[in-house]
Amino acid sequence: MRQEVESKLNPNDRKYTKEHEWIKLDDEASGRATVGITDFAQDQLGDIVFVELPKLGANVTLMGKMGEIESVKSVSDLFSPVNGEVVEINEALLDHPEIANKDPFGEGWLIKVTVSDASEIESLMTSEEYESFTSGQS
Amino acid sequence: MPVQYSGILAEVSAVRKNVGIFDVSHMGRLYISGTKSTEFLDWVLTGSAESLAVGRARYCFICNESGGVIDDTIFYRLEQDRFLLIPNAGNRVTVLDWFQRWIAEKFPTGCQIVDRTMDTVLIAVQGPRAAGLLDALCLLDSGSPLSSLKMFSWGEGVFKGNLRFFAGRTGYTGEDGFELVVESGDSETIWKSLVDAGAVPSGLGARDVLRLEAGLPLHGHEIDENTTPIEAGLQHFIRSDKEFVGSVALGHQREHGVKNTLVGLTLPGRSAPRAEYPILNQGKQVGRITSGSYSPTLDTSIAMGYVLERHAISGSTLEIDIRGRISPGKVVPLPFYSRTK
Repeated sequence: MRQEVESKLNPNDRKYTKEHEWIKLDDEASGRATVGITDFAQDQLGDIVFVELPKLGANVTLMGKMGEIESVKSVSDLFSPVNGEVVEINEALLDHPEIANKDPFGEGWLIKVTVSDASEIESLMTSEEYESFTSGQS
Repeated sequence: MPVQYSGILAEVSAVRKNVGIFDVSHMGRLYISGTKSTEFLDWVLTGSAESLAVGRARYCFICNESGGVIDDTIFYRLEQDRFLLIPNAGNRVTVLDWFQRWIAEKFPTGCQIVDRTMDTVLIAVQGPRAAGLLDALCLLDSGSPLSSLKMFSWGEGVFKGNLRFFAGRTGYTGEDGFELVVESGDSETIWKSLVDAGAVPSGLGARDVLRLEAGLPLHGHEIDENTTPIEAGLQHFIRSDKEFVGSVALGHQREHGVKNTLVGLTLPGRSAPRAEYPILNQGKQVGRITSGSYSPTLDTSIAMGYVLERHAISGSTLEIDIRGRISPGKVVPLPFYSRTK
């Protein structure tokens, strides 16, 4: 009786973590990148009701806790996929966390960071690798 | 039952404003009969079986000798000497063992239990439109529509002219609604008909939010074998004029008061406390959360928890430790939500 929800395709213009986040290098020269959660993550969480993000200017560390994301049924820590500095946070998400459900790869992004070492992004999973990583998990 | 079908928020909204359906077949269906069945139930339940009229249902507790809650239950009087009792899914075997122990000890003849959990299905139809939707599909054997049943009454009849059902006007959502026991073989047809008629399939996640908004306890959270119904503020469901398992301990508590008591808490914002988070007063722990969630109906965070009795003051503010973040929690009377009747 369960409805199967077809998951959105994971874009191949970005990299993925085992914590179900994505990071996309927007500008190679400055090392500026956008971080968000994957469609798989939002689907597993269900209706997202609260997002706590790091402060502007905060330093985030590779695999360090950088915030929390809370759905009706559960709460999860957000982990930074890289070392870097937070240069922008998605203010819209704080008032309307449901955007992360609707458009996790676009409007529902979490933060923008300047990455200390861009090679950290390179070492993450590709979209194909992430797909095979999640295929056994749902 | 899955945690969710279309999404918890949409499902909660459907039950509050329209009608939702839950497959709650995981809960037990125990049929208890025999000349001693009333006497037996009056021994193992906090509520009175003897005074329950045929056709009616009652909510109460199955307690141990210390007054701790083995399970909470709704039981229906089917005939003078025949009852249907619904235990929680996870407690069905414990309850059965507990009942068999007392039957062997005190009622060795004249009381039988038949467990029909596996060959029947239990479907909860809940929401302001539940009665209207079911009236269009069901007819009681008496010829009356299902909506003629009073709260906590039951009736039997046919669904779409040929499928037998048992329905109680009961539920666990704080809305009007019915719980239908049907034969397993008919359940898919009935479920599909209900969905086609506009009922929204709803899951465990929505059910938990709905019962929390309605201030209803969940076994394993607000009540368990180490917690009494009096501590949970549910003394209303304990008969004081009969002797039953736990009656001495509960009577003592009633007379001398309790150390901890269950309170409702509302918190600003949407970040919710979860079970076992500490409740503080001026930085010192005075209690713990048992359930918490964002409440879509009230658009704020709500929780239930146990605090030292002297801190259970409606209108006062305590502090909740949400993973290191301290949030104010206002003590409020339960339930958080009650439907307009």
